[in-house]
Amino acid sequence: MLEPERGLSLTIARVVQRLQGSSLHSQLERQARVSLHKPEIKLESLKEDIKDFLKTSGWEKKLQNAVYSELNVFPSPCHPAAPPEHIKEPLAYMRKAQGSWEKRILKSLNSMCTELNIPLAQKRPANEQKELLNKWNEMGTDEPDLSLFRPVYAPKDFLEVLMNLRNPNYENGEQPSFRNHLGLIQVPLKVKDIPELKEDFNELGLNIGQLGIDDSAQVPPEFFENEHVRVGQKVLAEQDSAAAQQYVRQGCPTALRADLWALILNISNQPEDILYYEQLKSNVIQHDLLVDSLIYKDVKLTASNDDYYFVFEDYLYQVLLCFSRDTSVLEHFTYSSATPPKSYIQGKLGMEEYAVFYPPNGVIPFHGFSMYVAPLCFLYHEPSKLYQIFREMYVRFFFRLHSISSHPSGIVSLCLLFETLLQTHLPQLFYHLREIGAQPLRISFKWMVRAFSGYLATDQLLLLWDRILGYNSLEILAVLAAAVFAFRAVNLMEVTSLAAAEAVLADLSTLKVMPLLQIFLFATVT
Amino acid sequence: MGGGLPVPVPAVGGGCRCRYRGDAVVGLRSPVPQVQEIVFRNFYTAFLSVRVQRPGPGGSRRWMTCLRDLCLMPCPHTEEGSQDYFCLHRHQMLCDLDQVTAMRFILRQPSPVWLHFTIEDLQIFPPGQKSPQKDFPSWLSQLTPPEQPASLHGELPDPEKVSTEVQQMWVLTEVIRARQAAARIGRFDVDGCYDVNLLSYT
Repeated sequence: MLEPERGLSLTIARVVQRLQGSSLHSQLERQARVSLHKPEIKLESLKEDIKDFLKTSGWEKKLQNAVYSELNVFPSPCHPAAPPEHIKEPLAYMRKAQGSWEKRILKSLNSMCTELNIPLAQKRPANEQKELLNKWNEMGTDEPDLSLFRPVYAPKDFLEVLMNLRNPNYENGEQPSFRNHLGLIQVPLKVKDIPELKEDFNELGLNIGQLGIDDSAQVPPEFFENEHVRVGQKVLAEQDSAAAQQYVRQGCPTALRADLWALILNISNQPEDILYYEQLKSNVIQHDLLVDSLIYKDVKLTASNDDYYFVFEDYLYQVLLCFSRDTSVLEHFTYSSATPPKSYIQGKLGMEEYAVFYPPNGVIPFHGFSMYVAPLCFLYHEPSKLYQIFREMYVRFFFRLHSISSHPSGIVSLCLLFETLLQTHLPQLFYHLREIGAQPLRISFKWMVRAFSGYLATDQLLLLWDRILGYNSLEILAVLAAAVFAFRAVNLMEVTSLAAAEAVLADLSTLKVMPLLQIFLFATVT
Repeated sequence: MGGGLPVPVPAVGGGCRCRYRGDAVVGLRSPVPQVQEIVFRNFYTAFLSVRVQRPGPGGSRRWMTCLRDLCLMPCPHTEEGSQDYFCLHRHQMLCDLDQVTAMRFILRQPSPVWLHFTIEDLQIFPPGQKSPQKDFPSWLSQLTPPEQPASLHGELPDPEKVSTEVQQMWVLTEVIRARQAAARIGRFDVDGCYDVNLLSYT
């Protein structure tokens, strides 16, 4: 806890430090220098005149967007005495659990490596490099033998770990008592209740227009849709990130979505960004990683089998292979509870000058990882822009879905939020499912870990992800999961086994997301 | 690390079947007569009160409350704030922290779900020595002070408070020299080599 003034200075300093040396910084300097030739800049009031010039030419807005982006992504500064691991994750036992989980993953990857006798990384021979370069745009046609590879872990393995999370300072008695939670998650994290969620998500209220509800065929577009599109166009013209983030809470019109998301994530696809992507591509060509095979396998098993996403198979390789080589992703580990795996080249164990991260971006993909990218392919067709959008979405949101932390948008909190909402508002259903051995989280976990990608129809998924961006939080995933159970409660009350419950909830492709959320939050009698 | 004097604080609570958690009191001799800042790490304490023994009117030493029920955990049954770092500054206190001879930290944890609660890494700083600060860039020392908003009470801001704040900012900038912004180089290999065989567990 920090006093407001000191917290503000720390925040300002941190943002400045991060923006210093960025391309925006040099562009601003260049603009300021260029403006000196302009007649309206006078020597006596140089500072003020340049500031005014930057304001009118739109550069101040770009700076504002960059600052807003930093504030959104990085956590508020804690006390200076707090060590770096505290910023990653304040609770010691969660840090420990994440460390053990990571060790398991490393062991799994190492054993796969030794069994298959394949190095984790090696330089590609020249002829292979040439071949890969030639078929860069159609890597999906390749059919490598992936039968020996297996995903490092699947969501259900991760769920087992989360179920066993315990706070050693909490009275986890063997006897059932008020201290034990009825669900699978047994850690006492603070989660919001419906009144708090109603306040947080108040733009989803019954009396506020929503895309996904008020743009349906029965509703004349004059009531809401036309005006909403007009406002969206204005927001894009102003190029204001904060306004865009507020706007998308009511949903994005399809035609404007790609630009609005790029504005919120502060992605502008400058020449240097395209160059950076090309650099990553050349890294893919030069070095062959074991992780590439895991990515191939994942895409083949998940996205390629999906009716909506199989057409984007080639894009997925182009994004994910480059993602693995992107060292800028390492920055997110300052605020993520996870730590990137380390290794030593040429077998020189323990010698720091030969230490590297593996993979270069520190992220080992798991089964279903490619589904984070697939929906974005509907919006962006230029590989470098698609790549940047995905990378930003990952370092802002998706990384929280597969690491153990106490963050309100972390998967542990989302699971607890889901279970608490269900218990509180559908106690009979919760009790019934528990009695038949069908703990609800066992079914909804995979939805939340994938942010519902691959489970909802794509237009519905994009409406859901609009709200993730708009509220800068993943809590809506837990609310939707509970709302889906509420919607199918009648059928679920009649099932007598986990398998039957899974069958009732197997197909979510016909669900309309926004009405479900609205009814659960605002129209259910509590 | 800034000259703070670490003070050992025993854990309280115990794993007995005692239902009422309630209070724990930690008393200690004040290491310094003048206290500027108190820094500690929480461990499941919900509310903190601090009392200090100092000379009162008439010369005799008496106990005075300088902090009453500061909320460390907004929801005592849940984890929020349970292991956070806190910093208590002189000007947040209800009384002056001069000529302090002893201090009492009264820890409260009304929730029965926790086995132990205490505060850890307690450090007490006298004036003139700064607690460890994060790095700040040098430009911060060249900042023009923000325009003073029109004061609601028609009073001038307390010059001592302003000068301490400016002093603090100055020290922060001095601690941080011009740190180069971490430019993205993008290299993940070592001299062109990235032959990796096994991952390291340490």
